[in-house]
Amino acid sequence: MNINFTLVSQALAFSTFIWFTVKFVWPPLLRAIEERQKTIADGLAAGERGRHELELASQRASDILKEAKQQASDVILQAEKRASEIVEEAKRTAKEEGERIITGAKAEINHEIFGAKEALRQHAASLAIAGAEKILRREVDAKVHADMLASIEEDLK
Amino acid sequence: MAADIELTPTKYIDHHLTHMTVQVKDGAFWTLHLDTLVTSVILGLIGMGFVWLVVRKATPGVPSKRQAFVELMIEFIDNEVKNTFHGNRHVFVAPTALTIFIWVLLMNTMDIMPIDITAWVIENIFGVHYWKIVPTTDVNTTFALALTIWFLMIFFSVKVKGLGGWMHELFCTPFGKNPLLWILNLLFNFIEYVSKPLSHSLRLFGNIYAGEIIFLLLGMWAATGVAGTIFGAVLGAGWAIFHILIVTLQAFIFMMLAVVYISMAHESH
Repeated sequence: MNINFTLVSQALAFSTFIWFTVKFVWPPLLRAIEERQKTIADGLAAGERGRHELELASQRASDILKEAKQQASDVILQAEKRASEIVEEAKRTAKEEGERIITGAKAEINHEIFGAKEALRQHAASLAIAGAEKILRREVDAKVHADMLASIEEDLK
Repeated sequence: MAADIELTPTKYIDHHLTHMTVQVKDGAFWTLHLDTLVTSVILGLIGMGFVWLVVRKATPGVPSKRQAFVELMIEFIDNEVKNTFHGNRHVFVAPTALTIFIWVLLMNTMDIMPIDITAWVIENIFGVHYWKIVPTTDVNTTFALALTIWFLMIFFSVKVKGLGGWMHELFCTPFGKNPLLWILNLLFNFIEYVSKPLSHSLRLFGNIYAGEIIFLLLGMWAATGVAGTIFGAVLGAGWAIFHILIVTLQAFIFMMLAVVYISMAHESH
């Protein structure tokens, strides 16, 4: 246990090693470690951000999907309504058209009937006149009874 | 072993505990333990050099296994320092702690080297008769470290608090400002300042020296024959395994105490 010059030399060696570590060993490694820590922290933050964005996006997507579904069902509803309207209208138009045709046909029939009656009447009148002529030929002077005949003819019309 | 004609246990132990000395100048103080100095400097160069080589190529990306190992060690020490020292530790305290830990650990670890084999190698290959390979079994080493820390302690006390602040602390703490207590405070601080380096250095020295002695005692079993040699070897192996713990623990304690002392110098009472 003798203290001697070795102590001084060891102290010098120790100081040198401390100086070396302070100067050359610690700073670069600390820098590397801190830089890596920063990289890792950034990466974690980016991951977190990505996750958050994904959440937002999926939220948005589901919103859009819901809206689209709503719109689609609206469209279908409207279409159905429109279709039933069209059918309704078609029915109505058809009915009207039918009625009109019927009315026209009836009018025509009436007209035909009227014409036929007229013709028949005319025919009957001329027949009656012809008959009366034949009867009266002998006894009636056509010239004398002309105005009577005309009045009969007028009656028959 | 030396070519002694009669080998006694005392001679065996003495031989292993004798330093290789060089006389720098005349006088008892000017003796230099060349073995202590050279071994410790080589160990320091190996330790610091290894760390430096790894750190020089340190990448912030994916670290190599060696870099990861160094980082693990540095972060462990950095954490310990962070818990104790509340300033900017990266400027001085943490790297100092790293130096102490690596260096003391390496020096302590030499204790586990098989004594007689290394002695044989040193004698027959390097031609040196006396060579203690464990620098921390030399009080000069432990005192050198402790006193360096002690001077750093005083340096930082003065630097942080100013000379007046330090004087104030010497005279007015821990008992109070009353002038009647000045002498008592000074005495108390004096004892503290003396006991710190003493306990700091002697704890390390004592543990490692005792470990070395036990290895030497176990080594003497070899003198009793083959059975004794095997017995001694088994015991030696057990002690070596246990010593791994002591060696690391003492290096860690030495480092922690240094950090605590320097931290205390930074804090005013």
